[in-house]
Amino acid sequence: MPKGIAVDNRGRLKERPAMSDTNLLLTITVVVFFILYLYAIIFLGGSFAKPQNFLNILNNNASLIVLACGMSIVMITGGIDISVGGVTCLVCMVCAVNLEQQGGNLFTVILIGLGIGLAFGVVQGFLVAHLGIQPFIISLAGMFFAKGMTTIVSKEPVRVTNEAFLAVKDTRVTVPGLGSYNKLGQYIPAYVEVGVVVALLVVVLLFCLLRWTKLGRAFYAVGGNNQSANMLGINVRRTKFLAHVLCSLLAGLGGILYFLHVGSGDVANAAGDEMNAIASSIIGGTLLTGGVGNIAGTFFGVLSLNTIKRIVASLGFDQAWWSNITVAAMLCLFLVIQSIVLLRKNKK
Amino acid sequence: MTTPVKNPETQVKRPDESLFKRLTRQQLFIPVAALVLLVLFNLIADPSFFAVSMKENSLGNPVLSGNMISVLDNASELVILAIGMTLVTASSGGQDISVGATMTIAGSVILRMVCGGQVTADTMQMNLFLAVFIGIVVTAFFGAFNGALVAYFNIQPMVATLIMYTAGRSIAAWINNNQLPIINDVAFKYAGTFLPGIPVPTPIFITILMIVIFWLVLKFTNLGLYTQSVGINPNSSRLNGINPKLVKLLTYVILGVCVAVAGYIRISRSGSINYSRNAENIEMDAILAVALGGNALSGGKFNIYGSILGAYVIQFLTTTLYKYEVPSTALPAYKAVVVILLVVLSAPVVREKLASIKKAPAKAVKEVA
Repeated sequence: MPKGIAVDNRGRLKERPAMSDTNLLLTITVVVFFILYLYAIIFLGGSFAKPQNFLNILNNNASLIVLACGMSIVMITGGIDISVGGVTCLVCMVCAVNLEQQGGNLFTVILIGLGIGLAFGVVQGFLVAHLGIQPFIISLAGMFFAKGMTTIVSKEPVRVTNEAFLAVKDTRVTVPGLGSYNKLGQYIPAYVEVGVVVALLVVVLLFCLLRWTKLGRAFYAVGGNNQSANMLGINVRRTKFLAHVLCSLLAGLGGILYFLHVGSGDVANAAGDEMNAIASSIIGGTLLTGGVGNIAGTFFGVLSLNTIKRIVASLGFDQAWWSNITVAAMLCLFLVIQSIVLLRKNKK
Repeated sequence: MTTPVKNPETQVKRPDESLFKRLTRQQLFIPVAALVLLVLFNLIADPSFFAVSMKENSLGNPVLSGNMISVLDNASELVILAIGMTLVTASSGGQDISVGATMTIAGSVILRMVCGGQVTADTMQMNLFLAVFIGIVVTAFFGAFNGALVAYFNIQPMVATLIMYTAGRSIAAWINNNQLPIINDVAFKYAGTFLPGIPVPTPIFITILMIVIFWLVLKFTNLGLYTQSVGINPNSSRLNGINPKLVKLLTYVILGVCVAVAGYIRISRSGSINYSRNAENIEMDAILAVALGGNALSGGKFNIYGSILGAYVIQFLTTTLYKYEVPSTALPAYKAVVVILLVVLSAPVVREKLASIKKAPAKAVKEVA
């Protein structure tokens, strides 16, 4: 396998020499995902082969996809943001309270979600980009702040009964051409939720943003090397600031999608999602040191992470703790792979 | 506080504010100022906060009780963690955010050992010292794992320890097969409560012991010097014959030992464990203690006594907030604000600006408290 990648890598080197790491890591991710899924289909029975089962990975992780995309952008600029899970949780709770106790509607929910995200992004982005504070410390504080605020808003879980909201929540978008027959022989079309459509739209938009816009290229330049980006005339501080704003804004959107999926505000919502987002990004080939990464890779990272979680669960390790240990092990494995890739590159 | 170092430059230029400036330049200025402000606030709001009385505990022994005793008692884990965290911060320029999770692992291991695998045990099934020693070995191993990722794979400390942060509590649950063992042996709880006949909580003694040990280690070995030089510049310390990777690894192992001691104190307070709630958010407090102690979070020079003082200040703040009935789940929000204020104040850009404004530092410190 490494030989094949090397050839692929060499072939593309002629076209885009600066992006070779991105392509190498993206290839690893896509290959890992397909191997995992094929393994699951072949050895773990037919349930993995049903289209709906695959689409359920998307249904359950629409918010995670959005969070991971935001995380990738921040990581490409060389930063990190671990407040995204907390922001998601806070957005869920505030939206639920707004809908249930303050007579809000769908419009206010969207406004609140994006507003909270924007507020976190502006503060964190300012502190990181303009005051030069380590992003980890700031976003750690942001995470604790968001979680503390969630319990201040409401300690009890808030279930939403708003009809307009539930109608959107239960809307199913059927996917043409996919479906399966149940035991009675009825044809059941495969569906995705509204959130998945939004998440996929975000993935496509961000992919284009990173690949073809000036701002997107600036993210890579800043992450690759601050000083040379500065010499190229890129405003480094502004770029970093925008990356953090974008990430937190996406965390706000992720919060709305999470809320749309679970339909309640709860202190335990999105617990550990910052970890899942970071792990997805890293598995997707985003380098922690910045400058390397790809939104498509992140998307496959989310899929790989959740596929392996399901595989571990269906192998009989279905206790709750195995899920966390699996994520941590995947994270560790890919961190080490990255580190080796970097060390090898530095030695050349 | 020690006498301030005289700075001739400021004395010449601005003789009227030299004392104030000299004070604010002290590393311990922020924790001491925060402590003084907290004490003043409590004195004015409710002087009975400082009352210490003798009460009978559940075993019928006379013991000291009062808010001040509880500050000293409850800060024990944090102080011990802050010592290790200071060394890790100094050597690697990052913090270990897995301490809460590894404390839970230590607790889980020790409980499993003393309960002998049963769910409830009335007497200890294993020598307590052996059980604690095994706990120390286990967390030292996890410390070495973190340290190896940081030192040998060049992964940012906070991301490397994110792995254990995620997996730690799950591993702790796994060790005991997700059961919640309870030990009812009185002797097990000596370390977390009171020794018979002694009215002062035992964790205070353990903390003093740990502080003395680290004082001796730093005084009679080169650990402190090596740690600082690795933190300031790993390459030049390598050229001077220090192995920076080994020193980094060593600081993480030391933190692992501290974590085990803290984890043991925490579980011996109750004799039981809750995997998701045990030592929750303590990593935040430990980092805060290091920052409050005037240590640069980016590594290099460190002052372990500043961190210890910082840890006590944080516990003081926590106890004060509890007294005014702030729910424990909301505490992180308040502390996060304090952390942000602290790191903003210590940011180089802000420091430069503050230096040009006369009274600004005093105002900002008031906000912190």
